[in-house]
Amino acid sequence: MTNDPIPNIKAKALWMRRRSFQMVYEAQLGHPGGDFSATDILATLYFGVLNFDPAQPNWPERDRFIMSKGHASGSLYTVLSAAGYFPEDWLSTYMGNKSRLNGHPNRNYLPGVETNTGPLGHGMPVAVGIAIAGQITGATYRTFVLTGDGELQEGSNWEAASVAGHRKLNHLTLIVDRNRLQQGAGTEETNTLDPLDDRFRAFGFEVFMVDGHDHAALLAVLSAPPGEKPRAVIANTTKGKGVSFMEHQAKWHHGVPNAAQFAQAMEELV
Amino acid sequence: MAHAVETAGLYDCRDAWVKTMMALAEVDDRIVTVVNDSIGSSKLGAFQARFPDRTINVGIAEQCMVGVGAGLANGGRIPFVSAASCFLTGRALEQVKADVAYADFNVKLIGQSSGIAYAELGPTHHSIEDFAWLRPLTNLTVICPADAWETAEAVTWAAAHEGPVYIRLSRMPVPLLDIPNRVFRPGKAETVREGQDVAILACGTTVHLAAAAADLLKAVGIAARVLNFSTINPLDEAAIDAAAETGAIVTVEEAGIRGGLGGAVAEYTASNRPVPVERVGFPGFLPTGSLEYLFKEHGLTAEGIAAAARRSMMRAAR
Ligand SMILES: Cc1ncc(C[n+]2csc(CCOP(=O)(O)OP(=O)(O)O)c2C)c(N)n1
Ligand SMILES: [Mg+2]
Repeated sequence: MTNDPIPNIKAKALWMRRRSFQMVYEAQLGHPGGDFSATDILATLYFGVLNFDPAQPNWPERDRFIMSKGHASGSLYTVLSAAGYFPEDWLSTYMGNKSRLNGHPNRNYLPGVETNTGPLGHGMPVAVGIAIAGQITGATYRTFVLTGDGELQEGSNWEAASVAGHRKLNHLTLIVDRNRLQQGAGTEETNTLDPLDDRFRAFGFEVFMVDGHDHAALLAVLSAPPGEKPRAVIANTTKGKGVSFMEHQAKWHHGVPNAAQFAQAMEELV
Repeated sequence: MAHAVETAGLYDCRDAWVKTMMALAEVDDRIVTVVNDSIGSSKLGAFQARFPDRTINVGIAEQCMVGVGAGLANGGRIPFVSAASCFLTGRALEQVKADVAYADFNVKLIGQSSGIAYAELGPTHHSIEDFAWLRPLTNLTVICPADAWETAEAVTWAAAHEGPVYIRLSRMPVPLLDIPNRVFRPGKAETVREGQDVAILACGTTVHLAAAAADLLKAVGIAARVLNFSTINPLDEAAIDAAAETGAIVTVEEAGIRGGLGGAVAEYTASNRPVPVERVGFPGFLPTGSLEYLFKEHGLTAEGIAAAARRSMMRAAR
């Protein structure tokens, strides 16, 4: 391959982790654990998979990405900025008074945001609607939606999955950030999700399991051309990935760093 | 009388909520909690440790959570369904309407971190529409306590009361209202300041601000009555009739001005006793910002409420 995207994806993911953590540190607000588990997925999508033009955010043929786990806005805002949708210095306003960078993404504030999220379980139905619009108009764009795993406890996801399976929305890909933690505890101790792959198969999806921090593996599965069915990509991830004291820790769901923790994270994220 | 705002410490009403729950559950084993991955934000960690079998965490599934509450009531339990009020009332609105209110089950809905407690997280996480959504459900008692004392009283009353109740709590620290010999009377407004020139009707986190506004007005010779209107449904119509006698009304709430306490008072006075009503609260979806910023921008300060009182009095004089 002449133009290997992996080094760029890797560099972008590192920058996103550092920059989003700085945003959380400065705002003393945010959801850094879920930012870090999603970072590699977002970097791979925007720098290896999605067909988009930041100069034309409403280009009808663009691929769509829906960030259903809207609480991880630090990862979404950094990737959109890196992708050229808005200047990097906007990131410094994260959650400030009158900022465009609200705690949860708002499509009316920022180019590149397809729909407003924050309450869990909203992204899938909207993504299904986008995919149906493409299906009935014969458009070629693809629709990707990222949910948390705890988020899948919301019934709305399964209502939408049923519609997607029924209508064979083969241009739709659901990615599950399978970090096995939700807000207060593990997913399996709270409300069992496994066997997630079989569940999605039963709903009419083609299912892939992938290491959600392996850029090459993510790139291969996410850029594979559409098949016959909607796809579910279960990305096995680590909440807080990249910072030793944050990994697999529920308290970093919405924990924010003090100065020493921020400094240590910056030392580790290199 | 010393001013509560100046002399008292500040209390997170969730501490009063959980302390009361622990005490009630100790003596009544029918009491259970139902949550949506919200043990931490509901401060129910100690409750879960003490009563693991009586803490039902359904996961992130609010519609299911409220339905489960109705089922637990059918099974003879007294469920306290506790979740961030934005999701409890917004996401599960039809379950609240059909399974709790219309079916008239003995379910207690506890809206946590209501109003704009999650300020910077934005309108999805604000709960400023809940009064408008729930107030029309006639048999659902809606209470928004003003301080830690009233929170404990309301939770205790709700546990003993047979019927659906919504209690709207905040995580914003507020002072104890300085009112001697207080008695909690659901459905009745409580007098915080006496006055005949204008009446300020407030609830929840804004009552102490209304009291401070009355003190500002007093300094310029205006005697403002302040009422703690903690019960929004049923409405204390006699207190509104009496307030209308002053000739000018102000309503104050950490909620939308459409359909909430202000909406209820405007509805009642327009039909029964026309009088100027200035509504202080939020006009709609709010921009990104801190709680302090958003309160100030929308006149939820002593100065802002005092200004609204003057506006109401000026309208009355016209
Ligand atoms: C409808 C709804 N209920 C509750 C919440 C509060 N909440 C925010 S994030 C979260 C946990 C999400 O867990 P998961 O989906 O696994 O996300 P991740 O681990 O990737 O952060 C909860 C309960 C919410 N945002 N929306
Ligand atoms: Mg998770």
